[in-house]
Amino acid sequence: MNLIECQDVTFTYEGNIALSDLNFCVKRGDYLCVVGENGAGKSTLIKGILRLKNPSKGNILIGDGLKANQIGYLPQQTIAQRDFPASVYEVILSGRLNSLGILPFYKRADKEDVMKQLMLLGIENLKNRCYRELSGGQQQRVLLARALCASKELLVLDEPVTGLDPIMTGELYRLIAKINEEEKRTIIMVSHDIQGAIMYASHILHLGKTQLFFGKKEDYINSEVGMHFIGGREND
Amino acid sequence: MINTFQQMLSYPFLVNALVVGILVSLCASLLGVSMVLKRYSMIGDGLSHVGFAALAIAYAMNVAPLTVSIPVCVIAAFLLLRMNENSKLKGDAATALLCSGALAIGVMTISLTSGMNTDVCNYMFGSILSMNKADVKLSIILSIFVLILYVIFYNKIFAVTFDETFAKATGTRSNLYNMLIAFLTAITVVLGMRMMGTLLISSLIIFPALSSMRLCKHFRSVIICSAMFSVVGFVAGIYFSYMHSTPTGASIVIADLIMFILFNVIEKIKAR
Repeated sequence: MNLIECQDVTFTYEGNIALSDLNFCVKRGDYLCVVGENGAGKSTLIKGILRLKNPSKGNILIGDGLKANQIGYLPQQTIAQRDFPASVYEVILSGRLNSLGILPFYKRADKEDVMKQLMLLGIENLKNRCYRELSGGQQQRVLLARALCASKELLVLDEPVTGLDPIMTGELYRLIAKINEEEKRTIIMVSHDIQGAIMYASHILHLGKTQLFFGKKEDYINSEVGMHFIGGREND
Repeated sequence: MINTFQQMLSYPFLVNALVVGILVSLCASLLGVSMVLKRYSMIGDGLSHVGFAALAIAYAMNVAPLTVSIPVCVIAAFLLLRMNENSKLKGDAATALLCSGALAIGVMTISLTSGMNTDVCNYMFGSILSMNKADVKLSIILSIFVLILYVIFYNKIFAVTFDETFAKATGTRSNLYNMLIAFLTAITVVLGMRMMGTLLISSLIIFPALSSMRLCKHFRSVIICSAMFSVVGFVAGIYFSYMHSTPTGASIVIADLIMFILFNVIEKIKAR
């Protein structure tokens, strides 16, 4: 069964079509990379999957036992967050909020989960550091840990490598691949960095106001749209 | 100094002012952290002006001021947040609009009815003498209510303050908690207004938060320090005000301002 399935999905903003005719599905264990130019509708799709925006047509089905509030999300950073006085531990713990329900305080299991994610991402030494004093790459890891805390199954990553240097970028990609392979988490990643994206992804969804390509990575590399997009970057 | 405090405590109205003041300062400082971090620092100002208009109208209609101004402020707070969301009118513009609009309505109401008098002056610049027994009781109950709600929803308020989109995406009803923050702030502003005055109340909300953010690196310690600074600033201000017969609100703001500058200097020195 499919974790996420889009059936004829169209999104509009105030009557203008932002993204139309999406038909794709994500299965358990997949690593889907969503690529496309700026304004191609990538962020809109993410909002749709996270139920922050409703499609004007079609359905986004969430299945296979996945609950809508159990999707881990790594958003793009806001300016307000860069100088936010909070410890790494507090930030990651806030990812467990969706398992809290109406209870006011965190339980021991929540705190243990935070420690587990800290170890997994190799940032246990940052636990008591202040979030605003970390480097960009470290901050992304912290937010990734928070996303892991919030999800059991699916991670949605919105441009995770924006603003990182090449070394950090490579490390983060390897970390995401590790989470996909070892932790068996399904991943949907939005990226405009096509080279890095296709290295680890299993599937590609190429958007350009509509669905230009969906399928396995190998097929994408040999497809016309894929060759054009990847080749275009190489010629830069 | 201890003698002076003993002397102060022998006046019942000063005891009232101290109790209410400390409770309201606590509420304001806790909520202030979220306000400053969410870039809503001006919301206190906007709400206090709305509160002023509501008080003026309450006076004109001869009804209890707090019973009118609290609901009006709560509605204004919701509207302000809404404007920030679906924003043809941006947040700061909306707040500025509300500020001057409400002030004008208040001043017009006063001039058409009783005329400018000391009562009005008290509301503009604050006075601890303006509270009667019923007010004190209501203020104490409401501020304790605000404090309890804040503690219960602390984790949720943190999540919504740090990252609203993430909270929403992972199933937290962030709109609801935004409303809660606005609701609590509105109550705090109305309660604090009588002591601090319309023009100065927002300092009670933002100064302690800003001072503690200079110093602390964990959210929880920011909250705790902010509460402490707020109480210290309040007591110092009221002490000075008593000794030198200065306006209460302004004295408290000056105390907060001195603390803020002090912590800024400390931070600069530490950074070297």
